[in-house]
Amino acid sequence: MHDLLFYLFAALTLVCGFLVVANPVSRNPVTSAMFLVLTIVFMAGLFVLLHAFFLAAVQILVYAGAVMVLFLFVIMLLDLKEEEQRKVKRLSLVCGLVSVGAIVAIFVKSLLATIPGTGRLDPRLEGATLPLGKLLFTNFLLPFEIVSVLLLVAMVGVILLTKKDLK
Amino acid sequence: MNVGLEHYLVVSALLFSLGLLGVLVRRNLLVIYMSLELMLNSANLALVAFSRFNNNLNGQVMVFFIITVAAAEVAVGLALIVALYRKHQTAHVEDLTTMKL
Repeated sequence: MHDLLFYLFAALTLVCGFLVVANPVSRNPVTSAMFLVLTIVFMAGLFVLLHAFFLAAVQILVYAGAVMVLFLFVIMLLDLKEEEQRKVKRLSLVCGLVSVGAIVAIFVKSLLATIPGTGRLDPRLEGATLPLGKLLFTNFLLPFEIVSVLLLVAMVGVILLTKKDLK
Repeated sequence: MNVGLEHYLVVSALLFSLGLLGVLVRRNLLVIYMSLELMLNSANLALVAFSRFNNNLNGQVMVFFIITVAAAEVAVGLALIVALYRKHQTAHVEDLTTMKL
């Protein structure tokens, strides 16, 4: 059951990810954004299979909720209709495929060189919200506070950047 | 055959490559930005898989921080794109040649 679900979610994630990047039917950014939402949802499914329940919830709330709404909002705001017509340049396509092929070759080579691990999993990590919260508020308390300051800085920065007339 | 760490890493690597392809091939700033998000997500998947198969929760905490920082980064980046669009009326990378010599 677990294996079947893994293959299902992995295939759907990859297909939707491909459709974000190169959709043969539509070049509209809105379509890409919608497929990115699907990719993120299926990846949350993979997180559930890895017993990272809290992260799956956060993934859907933050990415599929907040971030993608922001993306769609900006796409609608900019009204990018005339951009659909442009063609992908042959040179950039070739360069892109070559460099991506090189990266894939490196990944494949290093994966083939690994030794498969022993499959002993710790059942204490099931449903990881409680241990994750404990870890977050003990060992990682300082990074946690710094991240909250970072969010404040980002908020102030965004408001400043989008102001009409900067003084 | 049981699904192990390698399977998740393969998915993560493929997803990262797709994101990289998008950054290199697409010419719309917003789609490039979405491809960057795809790459970040594939790194998250790899970290969660490592955390699961090494019985160590630190990887998941790392993913939590990555998601937070990515949210902040998306907000700032989109604000920059909006500011750029307001100045140049385009979100197409080939039209943005102000810094070209």
